[in-house]
Amino acid sequence: MNQASQEQTALSAPHILEYDYRRSLGPVLSRFFTGLRAGKIHGIKTQSGRVLVPPAEYDPETGEATTDEFVEVGPGGVVETWAWVESPRASHPLSQPFAFALIKLDGADTALLHAVDAGEASQMETGMRVTPRWAEESQGSIKDLSHFVPEAEGNADAPHPPAEATTDIVTPVHVEYTYSPGKAASRYLHGLKEGKIVGQASDSSGLVYVPPRGACPRDGVPTSREVEVSSKGTVVTLTIVRVPSENIKVELPYCTANILLDGADQSFTGLLQECNLDEVRIGMRVEAVWRDPSEWDYSSENIKHFRPIDEPDVPFEEIKEYC
Amino acid sequence: MRDVAIVSYAQTQFVRSERDQNEVEMLMPVIKEAVDNSGIPKQEIGFTCSGSTDYLSGQSFAFVMAVDAVGAWPPINESHVEMDGAWALYEAWIKIQCGEADSAMVFSFGRSSMGETAETLTLQLDPYTLAPLNADAISLAALQARAGLDAGKWTERDMAEVAARCRAQAKSNPDAQVTGDFDVDKLLTDPYLVSPLRKHDCPPVSDGAAVMIIAAEGAAHKATNKPVWIRSLEHRLDSHQPGGRDLTTSPSTKLAGKAAGVHKTAVDFAELHTPFSHQEIIVREALGLGKDTLVNPSGGPLAANPLMVAGLARLGESARRIWGGHGSRAIAHATSGPCLQQNLVCVLEGE
Repeated sequence: MNQASQEQTALSAPHILEYDYRRSLGPVLSRFFTGLRAGKIHGIKTQSGRVLVPPAEYDPETGEATTDEFVEVGPGGVVETWAWVESPRASHPLSQPFAFALIKLDGADTALLHAVDAGEASQMETGMRVTPRWAEESQGSIKDLSHFVPEAEGNADAPHPPAEATTDIVTPVHVEYTYSPGKAASRYLHGLKEGKIVGQASDSSGLVYVPPRGACPRDGVPTSREVEVSSKGTVVTLTIVRVPSENIKVELPYCTANILLDGADQSFTGLLQECNLDEVRIGMRVEAVWRDPSEWDYSSENIKHFRPIDEPDVPFEEIKEYC
Repeated sequence: MRDVAIVSYAQTQFVRSERDQNEVEMLMPVIKEAVDNSGIPKQEIGFTCSGSTDYLSGQSFAFVMAVDAVGAWPPINESHVEMDGAWALYEAWIKIQCGEADSAMVFSFGRSSMGETAETLTLQLDPYTLAPLNADAISLAALQARAGLDAGKWTERDMAEVAARCRAQAKSNPDAQVTGDFDVDKLLTDPYLVSPLRKHDCPPVSDGAAVMIIAAEGAAHKATNKPVWIRSLEHRLDSHQPGGRDLTTSPSTKLAGKAAGVHKTAVDFAELHTPFSHQEIIVREALGLGKDTLVNPSGGPLAANPLMVAGLARLGESARRIWGGHGSRAIAHATSGPCLQQNLVCVLEGE
């Protein structure tokens, strides 16, 4: 592919957002999740005597606090409505075709959302009775109740609960994307692939932004003109990092600096290495250290880090706008 | 109460996948178009509010970067809601009611195509009892659709008719995504996607952006001779537990509609933010709109459903239709959350 046609290509890459939340439950949901571990489903009574499942701290109809009266419901119940998932997603609770259903458990006045394993859609019917199946191993989650099955398949034994109450649960988040950064950022990444740092100039002010995102943030106009900037620059601010963090591959302590590359009007964050941390300072001249060209990709990691060069410091007055 | 009007509106074409432009690049031309057409110099716009969610593309602080598209120098008075742009409009409208601004820019944007939309939306559910089950948006809507079928409130044919009508109406909308004439009998022979929903009952995945400029009475009259007045703007919500309410009705839409005075006089048309076919039937009933009321002449969300934008676009499309001389009084509706959980109702009037 020649460069001209490469530059028209907007890049894209897989991107996964993933993290766990540890959530404290409070007294009401703690009772619910502790119960699930023992194969018991608890609802809570509202002041008007309705039983909410899952239990809530307040009555959604009135906004009043619920009572402190918990009620064991089910374990069987009636399907109020259902949706047949013929092609389950990887994130779904069951890997074979199943139904999501709203299930009104015996003794409850609201319905619980869960999965029903009925084999095929023809076995599902509004009004059918279902009964729970419990997870073989308790995780402390709504999935301790694994799913429901048609009641004809018989009740399951309750699992053996751990001795302690469940006071918090872990709820993982996992979302997958194929992200495209758009034309401007793609052009920048194409430049990096060739060992160049290419900024873009504002159509209104001419200010050069690196890395460019396609817009001049001062004026809200496009940045259509490309400007190759230098690999050399000036430190405009810095910090020394001494605290470990999961994603940091560099030995502690290390210096992260905002660097104003020669020819750019916006500073650029880089790692400062090959220097004594006692000597790093604002105004210091530095240059990019590139990886071997054989390793270059559409990535800012093509630049390993920055290192000091033997040039006089830039006076503060000349860079104070960027500090 | 101050009288507030829509003075301009611009939107991108809504497309299945915008890969060439990031959010800022997508927004810049529509912001420029809306500002240029508003008659208000950009630096005089008193407040800016956006509606979006970073989860759509998985980019943290994408909502902050989006401000680049406005041009925030000298610094502007700005805010953001993690909701559809219709709620950003609500915040801007309140700001003007409080006398803190005379005009405002409202914008929203989203590239749903970067992720799996139906799954991304599980992140808005109750994190304890619902989100871990990954009940995706289509499955939740299917639970609602079956509840109505079982209750005899609608049939699968009624649902297909809504989808076919909306997409036929969308033929005249150059920004719409899924348009054309569809035969209802043929649609009903399609397999289920998530039963009882077929593909036609579901909205397309859409990317896009929209921008609206609003102004209080004096500023609106100075800016344009064609203000579209926001006569009322109300929103209400229902329980977040889908099993804790009757899914075949929308009490929050009904309450918001009553508060907004939708019954006071007849309307020429309505733009309803009803992404799934059966939801149009629910919202029509909640707002008391008869079969003779023209609903979603733009095609509505079944023709293009850019998340976080589709609600604001209902107000924008209504204003455009009034500017086009096709009516003078409209109801615009926006929704948020699973199964029509939260609803906003607005009455719009031309001069």
